[in-house]
Amino acid sequence: MANQVIAGHEVAVDDEGFMTDPSQWSEEIATVLAKNIAIDTLTDDHWKVIKWLREDFAVEGETATLRRVSTLGGVGTKEMYTLFPKKPAKKMSYVAGLPKPKGCV
Amino acid sequence: MTTEQQEMAAPAFMDDGGDRKMAIICSKGTLDMAYPGLILANGALENGIETHLFFTFWGLDMVNRKTMNKLTMTSAGNTSMRFPGTSISMPQWMSWIPGMTKFQSWMMRKQIRDLDVPKVADMLQHVVDAGGHLWACKMSADMMKLELDDLFEEVEDIINVDAFMNLSEGAQVLFI
Repeated sequence: MANQVIAGHEVAVDDEGFMTDPSQWSEEIATVLAKNIAIDTLTDDHWKVIKWLREDFAVEGETATLRRVSTLGGVGTKEMYTLFPKKPAKKMSYVAGLPKPKGCV
Repeated sequence: MTTEQQEMAAPAFMDDGGDRKMAIICSKGTLDMAYPGLILANGALENGIETHLFFTFWGLDMVNRKTMNKLTMTSAGNTSMRFPGTSISMPQWMSWIPGMTKFQSWMMRKQIRDLDVPKVADMLQHVVDAGGHLWACKMSADMMKLELDDLFEEVEDIINVDAFMNLSEGAQVLFI
């Protein structure tokens, strides 16, 4: 556990760099986090996933898996792999300021 | 928690350790043995690992259009099957009760569904959408008189062992 300064704000992160307090998140922070994982521009499609993930987390208390996003969030698996290449589950939750998903599918 | 401040570094998951590749051989056609390969493939893909699934022998049932949605499991010969919530093995004679395999398969499907894990066909599609590759074994397909058209549409081809050796070069291979 440590604190990092992201976009001028001090936020708590875990050993892997994921934010640990979702309430410290902001869209400004998301933009900086995205750049940090080589996503230079967050498009409307990125924001759709990020916002859905956060809304779902607020209700469920855990980060949605890709399967959950594709069945309930309305963004298909292929699209998630295009938006957040190679490691979509980790990248999506990282930018959304949430823990990485615990579920296997 | 400390209040130590750090320079912003790329998160650990951005270091993907090079070009990892995985080849998973699925040789079983029972419901309980279909999922390990599918779950592992999904996990590998989510970690940016190039993933190939090779269906051979009874594993072809997982991608045979006629059987893929009808996979079953049985307690016959399976001493790990226990009465739910207990350590008591199901007596083998129970496997021979008419309808028992059907009931046990239904039960397992329900348990899988309750975990929000997709059924086999949907799981295969999810794996393909994530960039996974599906291949069928030529000798098994010949033996079972199956053509590519008989298989799940996302199976790329029916290939022989030589082709499998080529595509699995440098891969971690799992036999299930």
